[in-house]
Amino acid sequence: MKRHFMQAAAVTALSIASAHAATLSIAPGPDAQERLQAALIDARPGDVVALAAGRFDLTDGLSLDVSGVTVKGAGPDQTILSFAGQQAAGEGLLVTSDDVVLRDFAVEDARGDGIKSKGADRIVYRNIRVEWTGGPKESNGAYGLYPVESRDVLIDGATVKGASDAGIYVGQSRNIIVRNSTAMYNVAGIEIENSYDADVRDNLATHNTGGILIFDLPNLPQQGGHNIRVFKNRVIANDTPNFAPKGNIVASVPTGTGVMVMANRNVHVFDNEIAENGTTNVMIVAYQNSFADPHYNPVARDIVVRNNRHGRAGFAPAFPGGAELAQALGGTFPALFWDGVGGEAANVHLEDTAPAISMNLVAQGQPITAAKPAPYAAPKAPAPADLPMIVMPDAMEAAAR
Amino acid sequence: MRRALALLGLSLALISARPAPAPTINDALILGDTLPARLQDFGLLVDGKTPAPGVRPYHLNTPLFSDYAEKFRFVYVPPGKAARMAGGGLIDWPVGSVLIKSFGYPADLRRPDDGIRILETRLLIHRASGWVALPYVWNPDGREAVLKRAGQRLRVSWTHLDGQTRTISYAVPNANQCKGCHVSGDQITPIGPKARNLNDGHQLQALKRAGLLQGQIRGLPALPVWNDPNSGSVAARARAYLDVNCSHCHNRKGPADTSGLWLDWDQPADANLGLYKRPTAAGRGSVGLEFAIKPGAPDQSYLLARMASLEPGIAMPELGRATVHEEGVALIRRWIADMKADAAPHP
Repeated sequence: MKRHFMQAAAVTALSIASAHAATLSIAPGPDAQERLQAALIDARPGDVVALAAGRFDLTDGLSLDVSGVTVKGAGPDQTILSFAGQQAAGEGLLVTSDDVVLRDFAVEDARGDGIKSKGADRIVYRNIRVEWTGGPKESNGAYGLYPVESRDVLIDGATVKGASDAGIYVGQSRNIIVRNSTAMYNVAGIEIENSYDADVRDNLATHNTGGILIFDLPNLPQQGGHNIRVFKNRVIANDTPNFAPKGNIVASVPTGTGVMVMANRNVHVFDNEIAENGTTNVMIVAYQNSFADPHYNPVARDIVVRNNRHGRAGFAPAFPGGAELAQALGGTFPALFWDGVGGEAANVHLEDTAPAISMNLVAQGQPITAAKPAPYAAPKAPAPADLPMIVMPDAMEAAAR
Repeated sequence: MRRALALLGLSLALISARPAPAPTINDALILGDTLPARLQDFGLLVDGKTPAPGVRPYHLNTPLFSDYAEKFRFVYVPPGKAARMAGGGLIDWPVGSVLIKSFGYPADLRRPDDGIRILETRLLIHRASGWVALPYVWNPDGREAVLKRAGQRLRVSWTHLDGQTRTISYAVPNANQCKGCHVSGDQITPIGPKARNLNDGHQLQALKRAGLLQGQIRGLPALPVWNDPNSGSVAARARAYLDVNCSHCHNRKGPADTSGLWLDWDQPADANLGLYKRPTAAGRGSVGLEFAIKPGAPDQSYLLARMASLEPGIAMPELGRATVHEEGVALIRRWIADMKADAAPHP
């Protein structure tokens, strides 16, 4: 009975929810773990789990598996879910149901990821803060916000600090908006990985190792990332030395990288303000590591970089041989950098009025020492056509107001 | 008079020594849509480790490691119904069936049959709407078990195999965590009693003879016993161990599908089994290592390091493990060490 109701609710999303809505109010205090987890289990579609102001000291991960539930706090500085005493689980809060809204609370010091949502379609993250309060450390959790394997993901007005991988990470998903958010003191500020159809706009990425990353990796259920727009962001002074645990792909991101595009197709970077990034402002590269996956394309291709406002860049290139290269180029490294892999066919358009360089690497996986750096030259083919704006279902936009 | 009193005393002793009356199994409750607060109401168990008549114990060739807890497994199939062999080595239990697992600790693991205290009993109930997972926690006196959908932590001590006292914070999973392991696609499914893990040459045959199982069982594969060298090679036993302990999440449809690390019995020995596989979204779970499995180099394989860790965010499995399974880690270590460095197409 309940199950059938839930399935029906999932189909009609948030629209029928209000008829049944109840509010389950939870306050901090003793047994917060059990009371809050019980509410997340007992909630029915359409219900609101209302978290009072204060600090919830949690001992285990929390999870939500009921569709159509809103978890709402009193504000990201008022309602704090603290996982400093967490004894198990891979994340602070795990969401595995559809049509969930998370808003107005903070997750602090999760031992793994902050908030993960998996297979959670039409999820809204609104006005959420995730922070590791001890500053950037290798022992911090990997991701702040971590939606994965989902369709329709809206992240609006989030703040993430201290993630040892990516502050805001969207993986193996499609139809995505990340906007009006702030990522600071993470290894990667915002990362879109193995995903399709994303707008990353109006965000601030500062004091990360790398500001905004658009990546694709092999051997995963969804790969071939494409159709990504990065626009109207401020990508400023990403200068925190890389503190990612070795082995992770972001451990290879040079400190001081603004926007980095790796192994994706049809990526548009425009109307951003990109400045004070010591390695370079925009980096377009192929996947570097060796791999065994016949379905994987490691080359970044069909790329447009245009109309960005560039500030200072390349004054401290943090990759092997970078300093020497900068020296040879007159003291600083150019603001726009392409490894050259794929050549003319990669169709990489660097149209900004800022210094641009190609490493003229021929094959994926070649070391930088094989580079033959030369000023970037535009390909003959026209730039890929503009991509349409990403649109979320109305109910999601309504929930984000 | 004195004699009468003595007789009375004797009869009282007899009464108290008599086992509790056999409960009546409540099929309506099993098939209904409620979440009963008391385990006893189902009538499936006499106590935490004693089944009611009609409820059958079973065992697995290779069990899931659960912090060295002793486990008691039972299955109930409603009268007149039978399970069927399904594809992929699965058993299709009919609606109305219940899989029951009790967890407990003896005082001393070197005498595992002495004085076991049952902590919790988990039910997996097959209702018309699908499988439902319910965790029940026993009162300290072992007389009653109550539903704890939000889970619970229990302080547990025992004398370990090495004679040392072990104390852990034992986690009874919450209802979502039950699903977290038991989910495949969107559905809750049983994990343990797959045909290959029940196939010890006797159990399936006995189920058939009892009329509780239908279908072809001849020629079925059998999972090795992870710690019995007579049951299979190191590699076969290691794969059995990973299948049982990891693959409920780490498979193409499971909760860890997006990691690209798939550890089920049928997974070919390629990057998705972990060979030269780089971490995906692992964070500090990579523990600074490049590959899940680096053939021939267990100390450079983060799969092994995560099994040996107790740190949340690193430790695998993520749930249900507050101790390191030293014997399991040793088996996987030997398996990786024995691999030839060219066991996979090195990229």
